[in-house]
Amino acid sequence: MVDLVYFQLLSAALFVIGMYGVLARRSAVLIVMSIELMLNAVNINLIAAASHLGYRSVGEAFTNFDGQIIAIFVITVAAAELGLALAIILRIYRNRGSVNVDEVDLMKW
Amino acid sequence: MSWILFIALAVLTLGGGLGVVATRNVVHAALALLLSLLAVAGIYLILFAEFLAIVQVLIYGGAITIVLLFAIMLTRTAEYPRITDNRQWPLAAVASVATLAVLAGSFWTKAAVDTQPHNPALTDLANSLFTRWAIPFEIASLVLLVALIGAIIIARESEEGT
Repeated sequence: MVDLVYFQLLSAALFVIGMYGVLARRSAVLIVMSIELMLNAVNINLIAAASHLGYRSVGEAFTNFDGQIIAIFVITVAAAELGLALAIILRIYRNRGSVNVDEVDLMKW
Repeated sequence: MSWILFIALAVLTLGGGLGVVATRNVVHAALALLLSLLAVAGIYLILFAEFLAIVQVLIYGGAITIVLLFAIMLTRTAEYPRITDNRQWPLAAVASVATLAVLAGSFWTKAAVDTQPHNPALTDLANSLFTRWAIPFEIASLVLLVALIGAIIIARESEEGT
């Protein structure tokens, strides 16, 4: 069987890929996609920990799987965040004619 | 057997992720994201979290990818190839690799050994969601409602010209 630590390493790698995308990309839509990658990495971590450790901690009955429920909430919030982010991107595009985040510097000091 | 599945799905997940951050064509990036998200659903399946796998396919594979493609379509596609990466991308790569080293090191040194994935019954999951987590559940639905109303108001063309 695959141990828990390999799922955690996979999730760390996916999170880091998303983090690189957020830091290096300049198109707002691509930044949103990278944020989705990071949220998925967190979900892998939560679900792997829930299904590997929830059983062991109580012995026989599977009572502690809060990780799966938190993952459901993460998916919900990700959907809400994506809808809002895309609405804001559309508004920025309409106002400024570009989705390049380096050109959105109105509040830059 | 599960090792073969895990390695194949991990390669698909990470390859899709690298496709998202590396490709110049934004539509290809969206399709790479779809590949990665579906592979993550497979990862949930080998963890025996089949409800989460179905939710992942429905929400990420269906809704989120379609919404992203609509956003790409509604903004100007001709501009995207000109938006290159940041000039600081080497710095971003260094920061990412450093974060990976810290995360992987801490996961590796604190590794839990000899654990088996187990499957909670779907009824237990539902019971927990609607009893212990009932209030967060209701708040989540409120968050979705507020976010959707806000998205409509932000994105809508107003008659008075904003």
